[in-house]
Amino acid sequence: MVKWSDFERTTIQDIFSKIDKDVVGPAALSRCLIVYPWTQRYFSSFGNLYNAAAIKSNPKVAAHGKVVLAGLERALSNMDNIKETYAELSVLHSEKLHVDSDNFKLLADCLTIVVAGQLGKEFTPEIQAAFQKFLAVVVSALRKQYH
Amino acid sequence: MKLTAMLSRREKELIKEIWERLTPVAENIGADALLRMFASYPGTKTYFSHLDISPGSSHLFSHGKKIVLAIAEGAKDISQLTVTLAPLQTLHAYQLRIDPTNFKLLSHCMLVALACYLGEDFTPVAHAAMDKYLSAFAAVLSEKYR
Repeated sequence: MVKWSDFERTTIQDIFSKIDKDVVGPAALSRCLIVYPWTQRYFSSFGNLYNAAAIKSNPKVAAHGKVVLAGLERALSNMDNIKETYAELSVLHSEKLHVDSDNFKLLADCLTIVVAGQLGKEFTPEIQAAFQKFLAVVVSALRKQYH
Repeated sequence: MKLTAMLSRREKELIKEIWERLTPVAENIGADALLRMFASYPGTKTYFSHLDISPGSSHLFSHGKKIVLAIAEGAKDISQLTVTLAPLQTLHAYQLRIDPTNFKLLSHCMLVALACYLGEDFTPVAHAAMDKYLSAFAAVLSEKYR
C-alpha cells in the first residue's frame, strides 16, 4: 500500500485543479511523440505524425491526450488503491495494445515537463517530487498485470 | 562518439541560443536543478555530504553555476564536446566517480528547471534537442570511467 503524506495528497490534488486539463493531456502526448519518436510505433492509425507541427495539430493525438489525462484523474480519485483501479488498463496495455512498459515513464516525464511549463515557479522541487511519486505509482500500476 | 548524426544544424543552433540565454542566470538554474534532483531522488545527496546543499546556500549556487556553465560551454561547439570536456572527464572518472545513472536524473531535473524558467519557449522541438544534447554530454563525461 502506498503511503501518501498530507502534503503529497494536497499537492497532487492542487496540481490537477490548477492545470488546464484540455491542454495538458494533448501537450504531453504530442511532446512524447516528438521527443521520443519511437513511441509513434503505437499510433500508426493516427495519420500524419511526420513532423512536430503535424503531431501538434493531429486531432487524434489531441483526443487521445485527453483520454490519458482522464485516466490519470481516475487514479487521483482513487489514490489509496491505484493498483486495483488500473488493473483492467494494465491488461489492456499489455495484452491488447502491446505497449512496452518502459514507454510509460517517457510519457510521465513529458507530463512533468508540460506541467512545469504551465506552473512555472509554482512547480517547486517539493511539488515536483510529490507529482513524480504519483506518476511513479501510476506507472507501476500500469505495469502490474504484464507477464 | 559521433554526435553530428544525432543533432541537426538547427538543433545545435537552438541549443546554443538557449544556453546563451541562460548563462546570465546560471547559478539560479543550476541551484534549481540540483534542488529538484535532491528532492525527487534523495540518494543523489550522498555525493554532496561535504557541501551545504540547503536551499539558498552559497555552495548550492556556486556548484549549480559550475555545472550550467560547463553545459553552456559545451553547447558553443557541440562537435568539439570530447575536447571541451576532457578535463571534466578525468575529474569525474578518477576523482568524483559519480555513478553515471545519476547523470540521467540531473538531466531530467535540468529539463524541468528549463521548462519552469522558459515556459512556452521550451517547445517540444527545443526539449527534444536539449534532451539529446544532455544525453550526449553525459555519455562523453563518462567515457573515461573504464
